[in-house]
Amino acid sequence: MKALKYLVAGASALAITAPAAMAEWQPRKPVEFIIMAGTGGGADQIARLLQGLIQKKDLSPRPFIPINKPGGSGAEALRYLQDKAGDNHTVMMTLNSFYTTPIIQEDLGVDVTEFTPIALMAMDTFLLWVNTDRDDITDVDSYVAAVKEAGLDWKVGGTGSGQEDSVLTAMMEAEFGYDVTYIPFPGGGTVAKNLVGNQIDSTVNNPAEQMEFYRAGNTKPLVQFTGERQAAFPDVPTAKELGIEIEYYMQRSVNGPPGMDPEAVEWYTNLFQTLFDSEEWQGYCKSDGLTCETMLKGEELATFHENQKVAHEKLIAQVGAAAITGE
Amino acid sequence: METIIVALGSGLVEAVQPLNLFMIFAGCLAGLFVGCMPGLGSVNGVAILLPVTFLVPPTTAIIFLAALYYGAMYGGAISSITLGIPGASTAVATVFDGRPMAQAGKADKALMAAAIASFIGGTVSIILFTLFAPPLAAFALKFGPQEEFALMLLAFATFIGLGGDDIPKTIFSILLGLVLAAVGFDIISGKPRLIFFDMVEFQRGIGFLVLAIGVYGIGEMLWTLETTKGSVQMHKVNTGWKKIKENFKDIKLYINSTWLGSFLGFFVGTLPAAGATPAALMSYGLSKTFSKDPDSYGKGNIAGVAAPEAANNAASTGSMLPMITLGIPGSPTTAILLGGMIIWGLRPGPLLFTESPDFVWGLIGSMYVANFVTVILNIALIPLFIRVLAMPFTLLTPIIFVLCVLGVFATTDRMFDTWIMLIIGVAAYFLRKLNYPVAPAVLAIVLGPLAERSLRQSLISSRGDAMTFIERPISLTCILIALALMSYPLVSRFLKRRKAAQAET
Repeated sequence: MKALKYLVAGASALAITAPAAMAEWQPRKPVEFIIMAGTGGGADQIARLLQGLIQKKDLSPRPFIPINKPGGSGAEALRYLQDKAGDNHTVMMTLNSFYTTPIIQEDLGVDVTEFTPIALMAMDTFLLWVNTDRDDITDVDSYVAAVKEAGLDWKVGGTGSGQEDSVLTAMMEAEFGYDVTYIPFPGGGTVAKNLVGNQIDSTVNNPAEQMEFYRAGNTKPLVQFTGERQAAFPDVPTAKELGIEIEYYMQRSVNGPPGMDPEAVEWYTNLFQTLFDSEEWQGYCKSDGLTCETMLKGEELATFHENQKVAHEKLIAQVGAAAITGE
Repeated sequence: METIIVALGSGLVEAVQPLNLFMIFAGCLAGLFVGCMPGLGSVNGVAILLPVTFLVPPTTAIIFLAALYYGAMYGGAISSITLGIPGASTAVATVFDGRPMAQAGKADKALMAAAIASFIGGTVSIILFTLFAPPLAAFALKFGPQEEFALMLLAFATFIGLGGDDIPKTIFSILLGLVLAAVGFDIISGKPRLIFFDMVEFQRGIGFLVLAIGVYGIGEMLWTLETTKGSVQMHKVNTGWKKIKENFKDIKLYINSTWLGSFLGFFVGTLPAAGATPAALMSYGLSKTFSKDPDSYGKGNIAGVAAPEAANNAASTGSMLPMITLGIPGSPTTAILLGGMIIWGLRPGPLLFTESPDFVWGLIGSMYVANFVTVILNIALIPLFIRVLAMPFTLLTPIIFVLCVLGVFATTDRMFDTWIMLIIGVAAYFLRKLNYPVAPAVLAIVLGPLAERSLRQSLISSRGDAMTFIERPISLTCILIALALMSYPLVSRFLKRRKAAQAET
């Protein structure tokens, strides 16, 4: 890995010196910034923050226009990006449905390893949330007891079958030995709202999606699915601490359509590197429980995607595609 | 209450600072332009102009964006009325009566009605927002999938009134709309469905604007060509200040529809699921249902312009509420405002009202001022807008055609959608020739996906038990009103017939 890094660094150093004579590529029209999820969710918030930072810091001669394509657990967005092959003015903010949706929907005709990897902006995390009205639920044990008592009347909200939260929900069903009813909503923000309004009983939201409701005392986290406790949630135990073998992260990467020109890829990579290193982005990561130590790009990110794809194939085979789609 | 007045007062003072006032003017003008260009739309407009806001302090920036947003809402009506092409999806219902009015030489009256109704809708909703924001936010939380479905049912009930006398043809039109809305990815399982001829392009579904521009732009153009044989020049345009003053008096013809649209629009707008387009369509339907003369709707009734315009403006203010309190933007434009807020370090959520009162009340204050400025600008510019109609028909028709093609291509960036738009346009022309109402199909396309999602969510959560809709009080109330609405036109027609029969004997 390290050797590879040096190689990549060496190659990119060459790449920087070599085409200096060539005019640097720049967007010539507004860039479509596709979000493969609905408004108000984690991916949406991040994309909109990045878009604003690009304009605030004047990093692009043309604006980035965020467009939400949440249909079919991200299938709509993936298909859209596939159809844009060779286009230099479209990039997409992705999440783990980037891997899971093409696995579950084989007829989609999308292979994400063909997409152009640009930048891994952060690793996001999941927590298990319930409404604070549920006084009977104070920890994971009382949660499991409550779910088992309710049986299929227990409603878990999520962002769509095949979406990473449905995978995590299926993992929990397998681990705790219960069955729940999974209701899909068009985005993490809507899920959060339905938890606050008691339309659903629990959810596995990202921190950013629940943060404001948590601060207002509307919802409470029971367990986090990270290796170690996050700075934002020092009092919430991790699953591992409780002897539950679930550790799950969400990648937040930016990718382009297949066959982007190398000059364009370089321009976007530099752009997102600048954003990644910015004070604003690092501050956002800290307050919202995201991990942003180094930004993976290029070959490294391609390898990362391949590994994640394999890992998700295994995971889905383990819990069964039927458990995720509810069929 | 006192704190609200003080906070709002300081918000208003903030809004009339010279720089802020200037930005309001600039925003309203830019918004009017953006709103009336089909396909440009307020989403792109706000996104492109977002950088301007980084040059000024955050409060000024938000004021600018709010003004832009308002301007775009007014602007949508302009192309709906003058050209018959909805500038934005929120202005589709405005075409129903606005276009016939323009053809009858009353474009100035229609534009005036749109401006005044928008102003009233905006004002009513800002006042409601000021007074009831926190309790309304709590009420919005009570809206689960069941309630959303009941609300959609209510909207569908207003359809019955939209189709005129022929109920079977209305139902056919609704079903056609629902089928077209179902194309693309299944919203629950994510599997592609109804992919015609296995063309992958259909996986992305058929966009609402593609349909609306096809039906109203191309369909209407063909229809006008046939009925006028291309020989008629539009009409003489009368654009004096006197005329404007005179048009102001029409207000009594549409004031009731305007009130209806204002309250309904605000309420629907505050629900995170809905937004301004369903609000405008519902308002049109209800206004027609309760009208003394429902048959004149669709043929150039001024109240049919006022009702949706009042509602879409009210709804766009209403949709600020879920954005501020829940972080869920009700429309793509508010989503961009949301992006702006995140950059300025403001996190939308239940705490924003208490933690950043300056921002929230500054925003509300600027909405008052922006609404006022936009209506003045708009009325002042009416003479300019209707100049368009003074063009000879032979010149105007090709322009409309080009705008339709450009509008669709600019929105979707695909030739495929442009072809679909043209095919739909021709189909709409034939439907119209066969006396099928097309408005119900357009409504079904907007509401179909919303209704489908909430219906399936409800049934998943009740595990298939349809009683879930009746067990919940808000949902039950909506369903009962919907049933009453569906039967109202039937009953009133029956009564009318009996009366007529009695008069004969």
